[in-house]
Amino acid sequence: MGQREYEVIIGMEVHAQLLTRSKMFCGCSADYVDAPPNTHVCPVCMALPGALPVINRAAVEATIRVGLALNCEIAPFSVFARKNYFYPDLPKGYQISQYELPLTYNGWVEIEGNDGQPKRVRIRRAHLEEDTGKLVHVNGYSLVDLNRAGVPLLEIVSEADMRSAEEAHRYLLKLRTILRYLGVSTADMEKGAMRCEANLSVRPRGQQTLGTKVEIKNLNSFKAVRDAITYEVKRQIAILEQGGTVEQVTLGWDEHAGRTFVQRTKEEAHDYRYFPEPDLLPLEISREWVESLRATLPELPDAKIQRFMQTYGLSRKEADIIAVEREVAEWYETAVAAYPHPREVYHWLTGEIFRYLNEANIPITAMKVTPDALAELLRLVEDGTINRNTAKSVLQEMLATGQRPRTIVDAKGLAQVSDEAALRAVVDEIIAAHPDEVRRYREGKKGLFGWFMGQVMRATRGKANPATVKKLLSERLEGDG
Amino acid sequence: MELYRLTAHEARDLLRKGEITAVELTEAVLRRIEAVEPQVRAYITVSPDTALAQAAAADQRLSAARRSGEVDTLPPLLGIPIAVKDVISTRGLRTTCGSRMLERYIPPYDATVVRRLRAQGAVIVGKTNTDEFAMGWSTENSAFGPSRNPWDITRVPGGSSGGSAAALAADEALIALGSDTGGSVRQPAAFCNLVGLRPTYGRVSRYGLVAFASSLDQIGPMAKDVLDCALLYEVIAGHDPHDSTSIAQPVEPVLPALNGDIRGVRIGVPREYFGEGIHAGVAEVVRRAIAQLESLGAHVEEITLPLTRHSIPVYYLIATAEASANLARYDGVRYGHSATATTIWEHFTRTRGEGFGPEVKRRIILGTYALSAGYYEAYYLRAQKVRTLIRREFEQAFERVDIIAGPVAPVLPWPIGWVMENPVQAYLTDLLTVSQAIAGIPALSVPAGFHEGLPVGLQLVGRPLDEVTLFRVAYALEQVTEWHRQRPTQ
Ligand SMILES: [Zn+2]
Repeated sequence: MGQREYEVIIGMEVHAQLLTRSKMFCGCSADYVDAPPNTHVCPVCMALPGALPVINRAAVEATIRVGLALNCEIAPFSVFARKNYFYPDLPKGYQISQYELPLTYNGWVEIEGNDGQPKRVRIRRAHLEEDTGKLVHVNGYSLVDLNRAGVPLLEIVSEADMRSAEEAHRYLLKLRTILRYLGVSTADMEKGAMRCEANLSVRPRGQQTLGTKVEIKNLNSFKAVRDAITYEVKRQIAILEQGGTVEQVTLGWDEHAGRTFVQRTKEEAHDYRYFPEPDLLPLEISREWVESLRATLPELPDAKIQRFMQTYGLSRKEADIIAVEREVAEWYETAVAAYPHPREVYHWLTGEIFRYLNEANIPITAMKVTPDALAELLRLVEDGTINRNTAKSVLQEMLATGQRPRTIVDAKGLAQVSDEAALRAVVDEIIAAHPDEVRRYREGKKGLFGWFMGQVMRATRGKANPATVKKLLSERLEGDG
Repeated sequence: MELYRLTAHEARDLLRKGEITAVELTEAVLRRIEAVEPQVRAYITVSPDTALAQAAAADQRLSAARRSGEVDTLPPLLGIPIAVKDVISTRGLRTTCGSRMLERYIPPYDATVVRRLRAQGAVIVGKTNTDEFAMGWSTENSAFGPSRNPWDITRVPGGSSGGSAAALAADEALIALGSDTGGSVRQPAAFCNLVGLRPTYGRVSRYGLVAFASSLDQIGPMAKDVLDCALLYEVIAGHDPHDSTSIAQPVEPVLPALNGDIRGVRIGVPREYFGEGIHAGVAEVVRRAIAQLESLGAHVEEITLPLTRHSIPVYYLIATAEASANLARYDGVRYGHSATATTIWEHFTRTRGEGFGPEVKRRIILGTYALSAGYYEAYYLRAQKVRTLIRREFEQAFERVDIIAGPVAPVLPWPIGWVMENPVQAYLTDLLTVSQAIAGIPALSVPAGFHEGLPVGLQLVGRPLDEVTLFRVAYALEQVTEWHRQRPTQ
């Protein structure tokens, strides 16, 4: 960087497919992902002459619920509009979207800011529209698949409230968490169920006027969002440092080359000629409808984090880790209910279990260990039946087979040996077998104590009660022996 | 009497009595088509095979019902040959919209009105000529050439539902469907001495009607007399969940109102409907018809609708703006004309350049312009505001009167070729029929008499959803004048 300090200003536009049974304006199934091309189509989503759209009520309800979760106002009166442009994947030659009078507007979400403090990102609007079809390029031809055409799409537009690629990344994560909590979208970026565009500008810190805004389209992973913004900020600062001016353009992101490229200049910008969709009546949304939907909202991540902090004594960061996925939070709470030591459960869940889930690449819902089984395992540790190390291997077994911990401990004879007489014999044996180490220990090399512990544990195949072993070893090594 | 000359209700009675069969009736109509089509050119597509199959199926239902003594419960249009304007989707029967763009397009689905007709057991004879995508006043803008007015084959039958009008006037069908965006049912009905209704916006489903201007388009019944028009209206009217703009309210039955009694009905006659640009002969015929209504006990008073003169610009801004989007789907990707090209943009440009005729292109360009950034507020938005004012002006008028009466078209049917030479004047011929479309209110054209041997229509305009009063008044006029019984000579 140069002499000056720069500020980056970022706004985000996020599209998320809604998990409705049918498409936005027709009865076709919206679950198209594995279907052969052009099998989920009808006169409406193929835009045959004369076909007319009918609003999918479930999609409107999902959007209102999202709006409520994003602290938005819900419009009592909302209008669909035609967004006009030509493209082979857009059957009608216009997309039914919303322009003036969106369903929900003026909201906010809280993220962790650059300074580590909570910060609000304002939501300008969250509205409903329809997805386009897909082009598949084969042998120099472009084939059109309209299975996706008309799938309900939620568009969430933020204000330019983010100040770093990290904030943008956290904002996206937060949105994904909320959408998943609500169960309205898989919000899976890698599968295209959530797509993102960023607009950003850079200015010297302290300057009042905004720098030139560029848009970066088609950011299809969390990594792409962070990398593209980071790259673009550097590029623009370099231009400004050389006394140049940033051009107002629409950019794409080349993931492989790791750089942005110009898709459209200002002159090539579309005039979408929005106007109210005459085939659909304006939506009237009653207070009662909104309230009945509000009643269906689950506890949202922010509230859950607060509660976890207060109820379970977790730090914000810890609560955040648990609450990021609703299913994880629910698993955790069930486990804590069965074994009321929140910190201990947290430790095992985010340690052994998360590691396993990551390696196996499965969601917690697909895991074989129930919260109740973990509770049982932790009770076995607590009452001294097994030690912590044994518990770890029992848990691995549980994760692999789904067996109860008691069953595994019994079958493998893993119960801990606390019997002093039995352990004393082992300790004596070890000490007798290693006179050199005993001498060195007694000469002051106290670090060897751990080595003696290890020898005893190995000889008992890990079953020895560590506290007992420690006591016996101390007696022997410190005594006259 | 030749069977093809029958009205639908006359044919219905004969079919029920077993005096004729639907196949005989359909065959008579098909022979008539063969005989007169070379001069009239009402149809783009005639479908004898499917028509005869539908007629045979109707005959089976008729004879079964006669055996069980249940003919009176049969649907009124069972076995009745009907012509359908070629902007209404018919499953398996090509629907061209009068355009080269859709010359070979065969819809895989039926419009809701067609579904209702099929449920009745009506016999769909064929698809009638129309100005391309219903954009025109005379069928001269059809890619398939103009239809002729059976009253004078050197003249136009009107438009854009001119094919349906010509087919009825030439007895090539018993009843017909048209569509009315700014007068396209009423004006050809007037030009061909027929009854035609533009229903209240939302009263008849638009599902399957190929869109010209979505907020203005309505399918309407056309017939040789008021009773037939009412029968067809009752079949096609009603709520349709596939059309979000369709009205949920139940349809008020029309037939009980057809009793000739119009005493006390208050008729408003707008001064503006008889002003500048109205052919004197037309005005005179219409005034005479209104006087006849007065003599039947209606109360006639002059009213004023000063916004009428703004209705043409408002109409053309809204209609072309909507059309510019509605016609964007014709890109050659999924159906219809598809040009050979190497890039997608060349493909779009050439497909649309080759597929659309000049009037369609003109309107797409106008509408695109009206919606463009920087012009939207001045044109489209302002037109919408004036639209609200026009609607309000009608509402105020209907506080004083029950219906409004005047001419349908300001002119007589013009000679073929006139539109091509006078495109701007042609737009003005919509003067008396667009404001009702803008307001979404029902309007009906009924024969009012003749001037120099050419038919003149009386337009009756009603309150939203009050089609019944229009039918009642039209029926009363028909009873005392019998203009509808006049037929072209050939
Ligand atoms: Zn569909």
